Parts: sequence; structure tokens; C-alpha cells
Amino acid sequence: MKLQVKEDRCSGCNVCRVVCTLENFSTVQPSQALLKIKGLFPDPGKYEIAYCNQCGVCAGECPEEAIKEVNSEYDIDYDLCTQCLICVDSCPFDVMVVLESGYPAKCTGCGKCVELCPRDAVLADQG
Amino acid sequence: MLHGYAGKILKINVGSGKQVAENTPPELAEQYLGGRGFVARLLYDSIEPGTDPLGPANLVVIATGPLSGHLLPGSGKTHFGTLSPATGGYGDSNMGGHFGPALKYAGYDCLVLEGAAEKLSTIVIDNDKIEIVEDETLQGKGALVAEKILKERLGEDFQIITIGPAGENKVAFACISHDFGRQAGRTGVAAVLGSKNIKAVAVRGTGSIPVYNAKGAQQKGEAMYKVCFAKPGFKTWTPYGTASITSWVNEVGAFPTRNFQSSFAEFHNKINGQAVVDKLLITDKGCFGCPTPCGKYGYAKTALGNAYVEGPEYESIATLGGSCCLEEIEEVAYANYVCDQLGLDTISAGVVVSFAMECFEKGVINTAEIGRSISFGSLDDVVYLLEKIAACEGIGAVLAGGVKPASAAFGGGSEQYAIHVKGLEWSGYECRNAPGMMLSYMTADVGAHHNRSWALGYDISQSDADVSELIKAGAGGKMDVSSPEGKVDHVISMQHSRPLYDTLGICRLQTMEIGFETVHYEEVFELITGRKLSWAEMLAISEKIWQLTRLFNVKHIDGFGRSWDYPPRRFMEEPVTSGPNEGRYIKKEILDKMLDEYYEKRGWDSNGIPTPETIKAYGLK
Ligand code: SF4
Ligand code: SF4
Repeated sequence: MKLQVKEDRCSGCNVCRVVCTLENFSTVQPSQALLKIKGLFPDPGKYEIAYCNQCGVCAGECPEEAIKEVNSEYDIDYDLCTQCLICVDSCPFDVMVVLESGYPAKCTGCGKCVELCPRDAVLADQG
Repeated sequence: MLHGYAGKILKINVGSGKQVAENTPPELAEQYLGGRGFVARLLYDSIEPGTDPLGPANLVVIATGPLSGHLLPGSGKTHFGTLSPATGGYGDSNMGGHFGPALKYAGYDCLVLEGAAEKLSTIVIDNDKIEIVEDETLQGKGALVAEKILKERLGEDFQIITIGPAGENKVAFACISHDFGRQAGRTGVAAVLGSKNIKAVAVRGTGSIPVYNAKGAQQKGEAMYKVCFAKPGFKTWTPYGTASITSWVNEVGAFPTRNFQSSFAEFHNKINGQAVVDKLLITDKGCFGCPTPCGKYGYAKTALGNAYVEGPEYESIATLGGSCCLEEIEEVAYANYVCDQLGLDTISAGVVVSFAMECFEKGVINTAEIGRSISFGSLDDVVYLLEKIAACEGIGAVLAGGVKPASAAFGGGSEQYAIHVKGLEWSGYECRNAPGMMLSYMTADVGAHHNRSWALGYDISQSDADVSELIKAGAGGKMDVSSPEGKVDHVISMQHSRPLYDTLGICRLQTMEIGFETVHYEEVFELITGRKLSWAEMLAISEKIWQLTRLFNVKHIDGFGRSWDYPPRRFMEEPVTSGPNEGRYIKKEILDKMLDEYYEKRGWDSNGIPTPETIKAYGLK
């Protein structure tokens, strides 16, 4: 699933981030979430959502060609990954993470954030 | 391993710099769960009688609960506790936001601060790296300003609590501020932080919390959100948050007005939930894990100035809007902003300011003492007094202790309308037609606070209807509800259920406001912690904590007993001046009957002291 966001609906609850790490890493650890919520307070009083829009920049930068497009989503092939982490630095939205194992991780399009966001601020990109 | 918990308690002596991270004792978790339970037990065990609340031997305990930081509705709560400078007894205050979850991800269930730093300092907890940083440049900075400075300095991923000038100056009702609009407001915890020279605590936690059955807990957590999404109140209550109750409270004649002379405000429509949405709202803003964000973040424009401000939520509307008679929501919001920046609890601050206004009206204090004339309804006067209080200047130095010491200093019969119990100012429900709610205030461990038992809905509807249902039903002509029959049991039961949320580290509003069922917490608690406990068993723990906080008051307050459990004489002797309850009040004899029944059911003697048999029956030491 490809994501889109409506930032003005976000209330900063971080439910998306907690469910993200549970679904993808079986852990409650929002620091490892594959999307980020930033509150801009006190002024102007809004939230920014950084998320993976499957732009593929990481795939283009990976020297091992370990990040591959499958159904317009990019997945990491961990058999090919050498942990150079060039992809993590290349992400224009800073939403890739490095796992404790040393491997990078990126949004898998699981759609859990979409399912649980109480505000419909993270949505499936239908277009 | 303790599943669900972070596993450590971090104790810091902010004077010597000594830090110890101890394992969270499994028996503490077993017997007291967390949050309020940890706060009450640790305070009871560690503070000696005769300790000065503002001296270095007092503690500030900051505790999360076993459910804080997990995937379930409202898991963002943090509990603060101390020997209260407002009451001299048990003090605690609950706060939403993101601080508690961050503390757990950093590895700590609980933070215990003792001692006093020599110079104004900030505690920076970056996972297991802890520093106490002296920083006098933050001196006098507004609580929100200080948070912004620290966010910019340390990084967005730090969660920060701060105090304002009122905390630095040890005002008895100074509050802790977090996330640009969340507060631990009550009982003066921030004054104790101020006495320790701690301006802020910043936490970054990047770790995880162990879960007994991660897959099961995830599935249950997801299902719990979906249950919330399907509640009618999810759509009707959330857009207005706690302010949605304003007009209902007014309609039933419980909205404090003119320092609780009346319980009805003609202008309620100008300061209710609809007004917040129409005149102020920029965005909804919630706590960690919240499906129903009650925070209404907005922008207020007034003749005195403009401000970004979270709120006002119901309590601030009741005390600043109702009691001080600010008739426009922008004015209430601006006064709220001034409190937030100065670091003053809006509840106590509103009651203290309206008390001063009535004292002036009655000639108990004069222009020379105040520095000007003051009147109900003037934002300018409200802000003037708030600033004097935070600075402890002139009349502000007297008011900074709260209405109890201020009325003792002013005399002139002002004790009659110093609206407090045990030294803590009354929150936003006038009770001269609500005996259950009156008893709730009288017997709350921290003083006149609604968070322990909110029996007003029961007084009016004689049912357990949630707030969304109450609002929908309206007052329904049931205005003469002043019979105390059956109220004691209800108050006792609420005094166990509501504080249980503070013990588990979660928000109660999903249950209280939109009717989310408690059975879900039982199930998720077991999946997260691996421990099977029914809600009834958890309530029994909450009941034991209630006995413990009473014992704390007995231990620390000289001559503590029945006389500490009465409301101000106004509520027992003076009729309400206008509105649906005009002419009503509750005679002392009725309250005495309720207190007798309450004490008996609690296992306390006629002076309100737990008997040796009761102490033994609860296994307390
Ligand atoms: S779940 Fe939705 S409302 Fe909550 S932080 Fe994520 S995007 Fe915002
Ligand atoms: S209802 Fe309000 S207090 Fe409760 S978790 Fe949501 S935002 Fe926080």
C-alpha cells in the first residue's frame, strides 16, 4: 500500500508509529518507526508527518541493487544488503531506520498506520 | 523480567548528583501496579514526619504505569507526586502528553528526585546517560518558552517538562508544563521542583518495552482502538473535548460563578465547547496513544494581546471563565495562556483570583493593598493578579499560598468563601445541589479535586451514564436532586475506579466520556504483563492505595481528621444566588450524616482516621 497524508487532521498521538514497530519488528519502540510525527508548537500549531511515498531514491542509491520495486513499492532484499546504509542517508524524508541488527529498514506498505490512525490523517494513496 | 514495565526506577539526588538505577521491585509492581500506586507507596515510605515540603528532603516522584507507552487508547499518562506545599499532606497530579512513554523507552518506570541543586538546573536523561546541567539563563523564562529553548537545543525527540516563574518562586499552586499545553497542575508539584532548583527534565528514550505476548497485545490493542472508533461519542465528543460539558454543567446549576456565589452563568454560550471551536481552534492535539484528542489548540486575540494556547479545557473555563467571570472565550484563553507561561495551575489560579475579587468587593482588602481596584469580569485585573502571584510581589505574595492561608491573613470573614478543602482550591463544579459531588470534594485525598470521584453525573441522573449520554439527555427537569441517599457508595466506588487509571498510566476519558468498556483493559493488561488480574482485583489495589493516601495525611498533617473534610462554610450556610439552584445549600447536618456513613464504610473512626483493624485488613504498614 502506498501512503498519502492529510497533516491538518493529525493530532500527534503517534499510534501510527507504535503499531508500525509492533507490526514490522514485533516491538513497542516508536524510535524505530518508519514514519515520523513532528509537532510545530507553539507557533504555528500543527503537525508534520514524514512518511515513505515509495519514491525509490533509496533503491537508486543502493550499490548492491538490494532495494527492488514490487507492485510500485520498494522492498529491501536482505540477502543482498551489505549494511552499508547509503540508503538510510539518501532517504529524502529521513524515514529509513537502522535496526539493532545493523540492517536498514524501510516502510513495507503494510498499511497498519492507515488502519489505526484515529484521525484518517494517514491514508492509502488511491491515485 | 517484568513484562509491560521498563524495569528500572531512577533515583537522582539533584544536590549531590548521585544517581542510582534500581530494578523496579516485582513486589511493588504486584502490590501497587504503577503510577499513583508507586507514587503513594514511595512517598509514604520515604518522607519523614515534619519534613518541609519545600526543603531538600521532600521528594518528587514521577511514575508511569504498566500500560503507559503501549499500543492501547490513552496510554500517554504520567503521574507526579510529592508532599504537597498546598496541603502539607499527600499531593499528586496527573499529566498527559508524551513524557511518560519516553521515560519508559529510556528504561525507567519511575523517576525519584531528592535534594536540591545549588543553581537552577535541567536534568537531561538520554536513555542511560544522565546529566544535571546548570543553566541560569532559563531563570524567569515562561514554561512554554523554556520548553521551546530546550527542544531547539536538545532535539525534537526529547520530551520535556518545565516549570515557569511561579514554580521557581515556589507558588503553592505552580504547575508542571509539557508539550506546549499539557500540565500536571494540582497540589504544587512544580513548587517542589522549584525548591530543588530544577527548571526542567528532558528525556529521550529510544529503547523498547518488553511485552509478554507481543502479537496478542498488538491484536488486542488494535481492537481496542476500533471499539473506540465505533462509539457515538468518538464523533460527537471529540471535536469539543472536555469543554463540551460546559453548558450542561451550567444547565444543571453547577457552574461556579463569581467565586462560587452562584452556580449559573448567563454567558455560558460564549465560553462553551462550541465557542472554543468557533473562535479559537487551529488543531486538535492529543496525548500519546489517544484516539479522542481533547486538546483544542488555538489562537486567541484580545485587547491585552494575542496568544497561541492549548485549551481552554473545561476546568479552566469554569474557574477563569465562570468564577472570575471572563465572558468571552478569547479572554478565558488568554488568561489560560498567561497561567501556562507563568506555570500556574489554572484551577487554583482562577479560584484564588476570584477569591481576591470577592474580598475586594466586600472591602476585606483595599486598593492600597492590591495596588489598584479589581473587579470580576476584567481580563486586565485577572492578568495583573496572576503576574503578581507568580512573582510573589505585593498582594501576590499572600495569594501565592492559596486561598486558605490568604483568607487567614486577610481575615474579615473571608474564610467563609475561601473555596478549598485541605488547602487545595476547588475545581469546576459547584455542589450546593449535588451532595455526591460535594462528598467527593470533601473526601478526596489531595483536597478539593474532581479527578478522584466525579459524582455530579450520578447526582443529576442517578445513573452511570457517560458524559456524552448526559449531555444528550440534558438536565431533564430533575433539578431537585439534593437527597444524599445512596451517594456514599457511589462516591466510594468512583474513588477506586477513577484513580485506577492514574495507577495503570492511562487516560480515563475514553471510558468516562465515550463509554469505552473496562473489560478491555483486563485483557490487554494480561497480554502485556502476563499477569491475570480482573478489573475488580485492580479496583481492590486502588482501594488499598486510597487507605494509604489517607494514612499519609494522618502521618504528615498535625491534628489531621474530620475537620479537614469539610467544604467552605459558604456551601453549608449561603444559598446559591441565581440560576436553577437559587436558594439551595446543603446543611452541615446532612454532610455530617454522609461523612459518618462514609467513614464507617471506609473503616475509619468518627474522626476519619483509619482504625488499626482497617490498616491490618488492607495489609498496610
Ligand atoms: S496515528 Fe494519525 S493522528 Fe496519530 S500521529 Fe499518526 S498520523 Fe497523526
Ligand atoms: S482524551 Fe485528552 S487527556 Fe485523554 S489521552 Fe486523549 S488527549 Fe489525552
